[in-house]
Amino acid sequence: MTMHTLSVLVENKPGVLARVSGLFSRRGFNISSLAVGETEDPNVSRITIVVDAESSPLEQVTKQLNKLVNVLKIVELDPQVSVARELVLVKVRADRTVRGQVLDTVNLFRARVVDVAPDTLTIEATGTPDKLDALLRDLEAFGIKEMVQSGLVAIGRGSRSITAGPALRAA
Amino acid sequence: MTRPTPETLAHSARRNRAVVEPDAEPTPAPRTAPVPAPPAVRQPAPVQVSGAGSLVRSLEALGVDVIFGIPGGAILPAYDPLYDSSVRHILVRHEQGAGHAATGYAQATGKVGVCIATSGPGATNLVTPIADAYMDSVPMVAITGQVARPSIGTDAFQEADIQGITLPITKHNFLVQTPEEIPQVLAEAFHLAATGRPGPVLVDIPKDVLQAPTTFAWPPTLDLPGYRPTLHPHGKQIREAARLLTSARRPVLYVGGGVLKARATEGLRRLAELTGAPVVTTLMALGAFPDSHPQHLGMPGMHGTVSAVYGLQKADLIVALGARFDDRVTGKLDSFAPDATVVHADIDPAEIGKNRHADVPIVGDARHVIDELIAAVTVEQAAGHRAELADWWTQLDDLRSRYPLGYDEPTDGTLSPQYVIKRLGEIVGPDAIYVAGVGQHQMWASQFISYEKPYTWLNSGGLGTMGYAVPAAMGAKVGMPDTVVWAVDGDGCFQMTNQELATCALEGIPVKIAVIDNGNLGMVRQWQTLFYNERYSNTELGTHKHRIPDFVKLAEALGCVGLRCETAEDVDKTIEAAMAITDAPVVIDFVVGKDAMVWPMVAAGTSNDEIQFARGVRPAFDEDDI
Repeated sequence: MTMHTLSVLVENKPGVLARVSGLFSRRGFNISSLAVGETEDPNVSRITIVVDAESSPLEQVTKQLNKLVNVLKIVELDPQVSVARELVLVKVRADRTVRGQVLDTVNLFRARVVDVAPDTLTIEATGTPDKLDALLRDLEAFGIKEMVQSGLVAIGRGSRSITAGPALRAA
Repeated sequence: MTRPTPETLAHSARRNRAVVEPDAEPTPAPRTAPVPAPPAVRQPAPVQVSGAGSLVRSLEALGVDVIFGIPGGAILPAYDPLYDSSVRHILVRHEQGAGHAATGYAQATGKVGVCIATSGPGATNLVTPIADAYMDSVPMVAITGQVARPSIGTDAFQEADIQGITLPITKHNFLVQTPEEIPQVLAEAFHLAATGRPGPVLVDIPKDVLQAPTTFAWPPTLDLPGYRPTLHPHGKQIREAARLLTSARRPVLYVGGGVLKARATEGLRRLAELTGAPVVTTLMALGAFPDSHPQHLGMPGMHGTVSAVYGLQKADLIVALGARFDDRVTGKLDSFAPDATVVHADIDPAEIGKNRHADVPIVGDARHVIDELIAAVTVEQAAGHRAELADWWTQLDDLRSRYPLGYDEPTDGTLSPQYVIKRLGEIVGPDAIYVAGVGQHQMWASQFISYEKPYTWLNSGGLGTMGYAVPAAMGAKVGMPDTVVWAVDGDGCFQMTNQELATCALEGIPVKIAVIDNGNLGMVRQWQTLFYNERYSNTELGTHKHRIPDFVKLAEALGCVGLRCETAEDVDKTIEAAMAITDAPVVIDFVVGKDAMVWPMVAAGTSNDEIQFARGVRPAFDEDDI
């Protein structure tokens, strides 16, 4: 099982996400994470998809994705030369007796407290999936009441931009 | 026999229409290059119209001469300007008929076929022909009405999310949001349908968008930044393919429907003759290379010829041109052509390496690929490289002479379906268009009719849609009115879509239908014979036992001439009688035996090495020969 991170640049039009995600399920791929948002160009959205697949069928799904008329460009991001982050919001039991320990953990992971209630703290953290897993493992000891996680977003290192390429707007 | 005169009916049906003769039409944009329309037809100034008016003017500007459809609530606004348009509308009896007619029209003419339906059930009835066109890469535009924008998502009367439903079976689809975008969406739809790998495109238009006032201006600007089909192949790959083609000892040109789509058949013939390589044409490519050509081994695959199947199986080089290594061709994939180096040329990069690894992948339009291959092969040959194929041809010729296509006469005295189809091809000849349904009759029509010219064989290859033949023949005849069009249909298929014969009778579309009536769902029955211990569960149709329906009476009820033939002696004269009728659709009920089977056969899921020439008969093929 190999995880691949695909950055898919698409026209910012209604229904494009359904076309992209539908293609994955139709061709028998499981999407393990998905994040969508506008780019620096409001006409272009960027979908970051983490998919577990062997490389040969992944090539097939990439080619099929490329055939979607609204898909502008697909880049597979190499984890060695890209920055990848997820965001997690987690509501942890933290009454007076353990609050100090919870805050220690928050500081250790350079996370932030974004809401306080008498018996809980809500913590915001960003990082690589590994770092967030470690944070959540530590917080589990106190009791996690609720958690929500974003999909992975990722960008290549260095000055090159995948959105600037001539392929994007070529006729 | 009493029947209405088709001319009279056709005339009366169109009495109130402003039928404009072709030469009186305002010259529309050339059909082969729908967008952008040349400046010559540019409107001097935008015209005030309704969304529906904009739709119809767009169709006119795109050069559409005929559309097939049925009106209904949501699409009704479009039918008002259509009433005065130069675009001929053919009122079908079921939307499925409209879709297959558009496909038949497109496959026969190479132009985009157009069908139109209302929202909800009208649109969902188009789903089968759209899926069919998608599988066979047919350029089609389907236009559907949708409920008004404020009602979308409310489960309104006759609402169906046809854009969502057709997402996986269209090349692309549109839900039009504003009346202003209609010309652009239509131009984009036609461009997408016709270029690259062709395919169906659906345009869904809400009723209030059709009713709203807007302006019409032509030509619109296309905005398809993500659509860039690769037409010209990579020179390095072409040179490598040419090097292989001039050095292989057992090459085969494996030709698929892409060669017909690219209109590359003349080039194919030159390439074949230049290299001397054997050619196989798939079910979708019959007619791309003359059946009578000495280098033609026939059709490969499940019911292909022994020489075509073995040719591919034993090849050391397969040059696939616009073919997709479909499971019906390869049989069990991991034992397919084990020794072959594969050159795979296709306009769709996703086809290359999908099923079989390509050693030399070539992305490009088949016409460009073939033309450049010819040039590169010529260079190789000038350098003294020439494939030595005498041994290969000796082996293939031996197989051809030992295992020709053939059939046994039924021992029970019934009429042989293969004989009927063979005689049909011989009497009608290679200038006619033959349209098949799906099943045994389709395979026999692929085997026993000789296809000498491109675009004379239409069938549903990928989806295998029973009921395709009658409406597709109707569409083909509308597109090619001066060509004789024969549908070869089964009695099962025929009962799915024969209502379109009423359309043919009323609209003056004199197609001819040969119903190969064996009283059964023949291909399914064949599998029951071979794989289910002759337990004939639900394959007996009763068309023999009870003569329900009586196809002759049915034909007459639908405004056609109905003929019946039950003996070998009557076959020729019945076909000739049908040929003599040119002013009405004709149906011949050929009552044939039910036990005939399609051979050769590679059973599903088995290796092509397991091909059976006839039941239980494997070709005596010495492995050491090759």
